Amino acid sequence: MTNSLTETTLSNGLKVFLKEIHTAPIISSWLWYRVGSRDEVQGKTGISHWVEHMQFKGTPQFPANILDKAISREGGAWNAMTYLDWTAYFETMPADKIDLALRLEADRMTNSQFDPEEVASERTVIISEREGSENEPLFQLGEAVQQTAFRVHPYHHEVIGDMADLRTMTRDNLYNHYREFYVPNNAVMAVSGDFETDKMLARIRELFEPIPAGKEPARVARGELPQNGEVRLTVEGPGSTSYVQACYHFPAASHPDFFPLSVLDSLLAGPSNLNMFSGGISNKTSRLYRALVDKELAVSVHGGAQATIDPFLYGITMTIHPKRKPEEALAALDKQLQKVREEKVSKEEIARAIKQARALFAYGSENITNQSFWLGYAEMFARYEWFQTYLDKLAKVTAKDIQRVANEYFKPQSRVVGTYVPLNGKAK
Amino acid sequence: MMAKNNSTLPGPNDIYREALPNGITVLTRSNFNSPSVVIGGFFDAGSLFDPDAKLGLADFAASALMRGTKKRTFDKIYNELESTGASLGFSSGVHKSGFNGRSLAEDLPLLLNLLAESLMTPTFPKTEIEKMRAQFLTGLAIRAQDTSDMASMVFDEILFKDHPYSRAEDGHPETVKRITQSDLVKFHRDHFGSRGMVIAIVGAVKSEEAVRQVKRALGAWQVKGQKEAPALPPLKPMKKTVNRHHQIAGKSQSDLVIGTTGPMRKDADFMPAMLGNNILGQFGLMGRIGDAVREKAGLAYYAGSSLSAGIGPGSWEVSAGVNPANVNKATDLIISELKRFVDDGVTADELADSQTNFIGRLPLSLESNGGVANALLNIERHDLGLDYYHRYEGLVREVVREDVLRVARRFIDPNKLAIASAGA
Repeated sequence: MTNSLTETTLSNGLKVFLKEIHTAPIISSWLWYRVGSRDEVQGKTGISHWVEHMQFKGTPQFPANILDKAISREGGAWNAMTYLDWTAYFETMPADKIDLALRLEADRMTNSQFDPEEVASERTVIISEREGSENEPLFQLGEAVQQTAFRVHPYHHEVIGDMADLRTMTRDNLYNHYREFYVPNNAVMAVSGDFETDKMLARIRELFEPIPAGKEPARVARGELPQNGEVRLTVEGPGSTSYVQACYHFPAASHPDFFPLSVLDSLLAGPSNLNMFSGGISNKTSRLYRALVDKELAVSVHGGAQATIDPFLYGITMTIHPKRKPEEALAALDKQLQKVREEKVSKEEIARAIKQARALFAYGSENITNQSFWLGYAEMFARYEWFQTYLDKLAKVTAKDIQRVANEYFKPQSRVVGTYVPLNGKAK
Repeated sequence: MMAKNNSTLPGPNDIYREALPNGITVLTRSNFNSPSVVIGGFFDAGSLFDPDAKLGLADFAASALMRGTKKRTFDKIYNELESTGASLGFSSGVHKSGFNGRSLAEDLPLLLNLLAESLMTPTFPKTEIEKMRAQFLTGLAIRAQDTSDMASMVFDEILFKDHPYSRAEDGHPETVKRITQSDLVKFHRDHFGSRGMVIAIVGAVKSEEAVRQVKRALGAWQVKGQKEAPALPPLKPMKKTVNRHHQIAGKSQSDLVIGTTGPMRKDADFMPAMLGNNILGQFGLMGRIGDAVREKAGLAYYAGSSLSAGIGPGSWEVSAGVNPANVNKATDLIISELKRFVDDGVTADELADSQTNFIGRLPLSLESNGGVANALLNIERHDLGLDYYHRYEGLVREVVREDVLRVARRFIDPNKLAIASAGA
């Protein structure tokens, strides 16, 4: 089965990827905008995510009460998500219905209304979304660690934004953000599935090419300076379970060190699946599980990095064993990290990490939605080529590379350690 | 060349089913689009067998199967599995326990060997049992702080009062503390066996090869005296609305579950109920409930309804996460939507929309190997017939508005609801 891939850029700057896959009568269309919490300043944190919500609130052609039913009526699955560097909208539809999704996306690239009443009702919905997250100890801990790890870079705040800003942002703030970033030259369209490339491209041109290019959006992100010394913090809250999160500054996805670090992640904490929709595998024979969970210092341990434009974080999260103290688990973690800094890992461990990555890639290519996801996702922080050559780059990683990056990135003096201290029924 | 719709749905032409002499039923379907394979299955060892004092036993037993077998230690089992990027796990439900796994096609023999060993010869090592107990107790402590989990638990306690469905399958701290290694060994001896077991294999393997591999791994498994599941007692209908709040201090959001009983999966009213539920709390941005609670009132990030239909009586529930100050307001809005649903039914347009939604989304749910494996298990568990997904469109289209109204009135009485909330 040949899956032909076409890449082109329209005259207005919209980048288009098309991949024919004829395994099922399904097409998945993704539209990615280069805008996320990375593009937000204090006072307007959470604005990108809120704009994403407003994209479901209607245009003159597809009013709110029509829009939300149009896709479902045709049996489509659709959603949107906002992240550190990007906002994405997708529709996976029966192949003969995809035109609706294309028309909808072309329309809401420029015609969303941001009706003040809709903005007001969405404000309380988003506040409710944040309150739901605040119920979770790990959200509270993660937010505190992240804001400590970044002083000047906008990765400082959570994608959902600070409650203070969610209460005060105006309709015009939202609309201006929309107009600035939702321009074709700031977007990537990726469509995969059961279509003929020529016809699909012609239809995309017809719908999207009349939209004029906009000004290149201004970027506010400033580079974070190196952290010179470990920072520790605590968050107190309800419950009886302690958690520890240790975060290390990590390179951008496009940095060559990302690949040896991915192998290191695999053997420390089990392989992370960068594909957000196809799940992972267990990590019970990873070094950290053996040292922490098998030794009954923690009841679970997870680690992972994100693929981002600017350097972000590698986080290790431990749920502490009820009979142990957070410091004991942290000491065991340190011992393992010291080991990878001092001793070369074996060839077998590297081969194992590569096999794990190969399996995860195979799972991720089982469905069309996932294949379409990768086309645009990789473009958000690198190029599609990054994805195509990922396994080859992992295969070139040596034990020496891993030791070097372990020393460079897993330094105790450049980490933030957060501990969630449960109040055990005591008042705050 | 465009793909044809019906040719991609699983059916008698491409599902292979074989009943092995020892009682195991194997269902397979090949898919060579990706070099991976998924296995899934179930067997009769659910929490119905749990004594009240040791609730969580079936769950503990299922989770402990891979902690050591006669041939391999816990670490060796997972080392073989994880080294190939494969996964395998067991879990328990009320009636059945089950398993799920996936691997590259080249590693299917390994996956099936580990499955067979875990099912047939687990050793439940004491040290591993104690490690797991600490993990379970931590999980239960986290559950006690989870507003959504606790609201669901309280809901089941109200709706299924004095019925086994009222019990939490993962137990409670005091019941999990009582479970001993010999309880696990005995539970395995009494309840695990090939009779009634179903396994589905979907992916880059030919059907005959998949069946041959299952026979090799599990064909010789025979257990004498495998106990029958106890019969379900009748469910007592609710006589009036019962409203109960479970307090969890310090939470910024409360969870709310409101509902009643629903049809069994085999009930002839299942499809009208599913379509009605879609209109009530699924379609678009979560149906009428989402429209009233989220879109119009702005009270919740999530609000919708679900139907849970299985072997015994099901539940039909509306859920939402709201600010603690808005619990009563959201409750009133939801009850008024339920009243409208049973008084006026649904419109022709609403029904037509949901029908096309069901038909259109079917291929999407059957896109991945995991989706197809679940479909095959669904067919077998509820005796739907290998042609079920080919007949599906007709079953959806034959439902009329009157069916939805009749079914709504059969199950939902807005004066006899279970209302559960959890939060500050």
